[in-house]
Amino acid sequence: MPVTNTPATKSPATGGRKLSLKENYAMMTRDLGWETTYQPMDEVFRMLKFEGIKIHDWDKWEDPFRMTMDAYWKYQGEKEKKLYAIIDAFQQNNGQFNVTDVRYIQALKIFITAFSPLEYTSHRGFAILGREFAGAGPRIAAQMQSIDELRHAQTQIHTLSPYNRYFEGMVNFREMYDRTWYLSIPKSFFEDAVTSGPFEFITAISFALEYVLTNLIFMPWMSGAAFNGDMASVTFGFSAQSDEARHMTLGIEVIKFLLEQDPDNVPIVQRWIDKWFWRAYRLLALVGAMMDYMLPKRVMSWAEAWEIYFEQNGGALFAELGRYGIRMPKHWETSVKEKNRISHEVWCILYQYRHAAGFQLWLPSEEEMDWFSEKYPDTFDQLYRPRYEYWRQLEAEGRPFVNTTLPQLCQTCQWPMLFTEPDDPTQTCYRESDYRDEKFHFCSDGCKDIFDGEPEKYVNAWLPVHQIYQGNCLSEGVDPTAPDFDPLVEALKYMGIRPGIDGGDLTGSADAINWERWTGRPANSQADREPPFREAAE
Amino acid sequence: MSTIAITADYHGEMKDSVDKFHGQQLLNIGWDRHLLFASPMCLPVSPDMPFAAVVQNLLPVLFGAHPDFAQIDWAQVIWLRSGKPFMPDFAASLVDNGLGHKAILRMQTPNLHGIGGSGT
Repeated sequence: MPVTNTPATKSPATGGRKLSLKENYAMMTRDLGWETTYQPMDEVFRMLKFEGIKIHDWDKWEDPFRMTMDAYWKYQGEKEKKLYAIIDAFQQNNGQFNVTDVRYIQALKIFITAFSPLEYTSHRGFAILGREFAGAGPRIAAQMQSIDELRHAQTQIHTLSPYNRYFEGMVNFREMYDRTWYLSIPKSFFEDAVTSGPFEFITAISFALEYVLTNLIFMPWMSGAAFNGDMASVTFGFSAQSDEARHMTLGIEVIKFLLEQDPDNVPIVQRWIDKWFWRAYRLLALVGAMMDYMLPKRVMSWAEAWEIYFEQNGGALFAELGRYGIRMPKHWETSVKEKNRISHEVWCILYQYRHAAGFQLWLPSEEEMDWFSEKYPDTFDQLYRPRYEYWRQLEAEGRPFVNTTLPQLCQTCQWPMLFTEPDDPTQTCYRESDYRDEKFHFCSDGCKDIFDGEPEKYVNAWLPVHQIYQGNCLSEGVDPTAPDFDPLVEALKYMGIRPGIDGGDLTGSADAINWERWTGRPANSQADREPPFREAAE
Repeated sequence: MSTIAITADYHGEMKDSVDKFHGQQLLNIGWDRHLLFASPMCLPVSPDMPFAAVVQNLLPVLFGAHPDFAQIDWAQVIWLRSGKPFMPDFAASLVDNGLGHKAILRMQTPNLHGIGGSGT
């Protein structure tokens, strides 16, 4: 192998002596920056002032990883080789048929349509930071993360491609991300971050999402994959793990850096933490439903995950940040009050709109409901079991429940208004603001606060329900004046959802039938052996 | 201006103003403590529609599948507009009832508690 000419080998500048790691890092990061003279620095880095953040000394930035680009390429290349060797083996062994059952594959459809495109959006966001930060250290850290995110998007797509060859609902993931109604929830989250200033973006993504909450995404995804026999995703997880560790470190370093640079930064950063905690928490409601309902072999309940990863770990983190004048994010108490409900509330909304989903749904079996009773003793039997038993009875009678009217959406998080009052889980939580003589609706105080802070931004929200009613969700060539025009069917087609193929009930779906034919195993390994004939409650 | 923007006088486009709905307006409708329908619903309606038509034509389509629906005593229903009780004039239009574009109309049926009394 030829010796590459990097400072890590031999440098004429040091008389041929090999550089220490620290010297190497200095030469390959900070030494690459300079004070511009043809143009003032403020003109070269134009996005640094408008958010009100004050940076006095970029050199105070400490990168604990001290990773340089030459080392970066080497490490990533090695990980890539290992990952693709395993993906090859996975394909040759028909690994897609080794997972628990076809319900797990429905969860993968959400990952590829909702989360992998976020990696790509994140790549774009960090690329902006890699250009806009005036300090060379953070600029290079952002450039590396930008490449990481691009690599994650790409390797996730490759990891899931063997599933795509056999199962529906993944092939149009890019188009669906831009168009499908429930995917506007993750999309609008990340685009809100990317369209913020650079300091808000890095606080939102590196700190609030990746440092505070990342375990709630990575843990259920990767542990869920391991528990359910998805070795391809597990290997992707290992390949991304060291990147995630670096991203988390960036998250905490950036917060400390901003807070230490100027006391005036503290209230600005606190406002962003409040906003992005709530934005990310609302996005995670989807993860909660996936954890509790879609993993045939469960890792832990959403409530347990929230207790460990937010209440305990997050609580300790914010106690530590107290010395900078930072407190717990606003409305965190509401997230604790909601922990025994949101996964059920989300599954109920997805179930009743399953005809308009890009993946299949099902009602929990007796066995699963007993697990919920155990994990959610304060809520499940009182609130959700009666609902599921009623729906199971309707299914047994051959007239399953479905909601054919479009839901009202929250202007900020874009979820249907499915969340309940913090202190009353039987009542929808309604919040409202008036702005420029128009009404705006929210699912929570957290989402209302975010809107009220920047109404000029959120009036722009592309709310799928409103867009459908405006007639903006039509594929090219569709004639809305044709006699057989059906706006809702056409909207679903526009969103990449094929009626009768995507969505609907798991039982009888193409995926379920093919799974049983190809594997000889049940599509739902926990389904009741006999149809449920339990007496429905009054 | 509350939004911190790099562009002076940044002002978002009002994406859902009433002029974009082809003569119709949006009406949001919810039934309190009946979460069988897991969220309130949103419909395009004519602003001239009389309130009586909401009750006679729309609500049965939206909520008729609920076993409590047939038991509603309409004289006892409490109507809420933007969360506050009001007395609708059934003969008057939505707009004349103060239910403009993107209004939220809720109904409360205090004697009905949902499936199994669970608020469902």
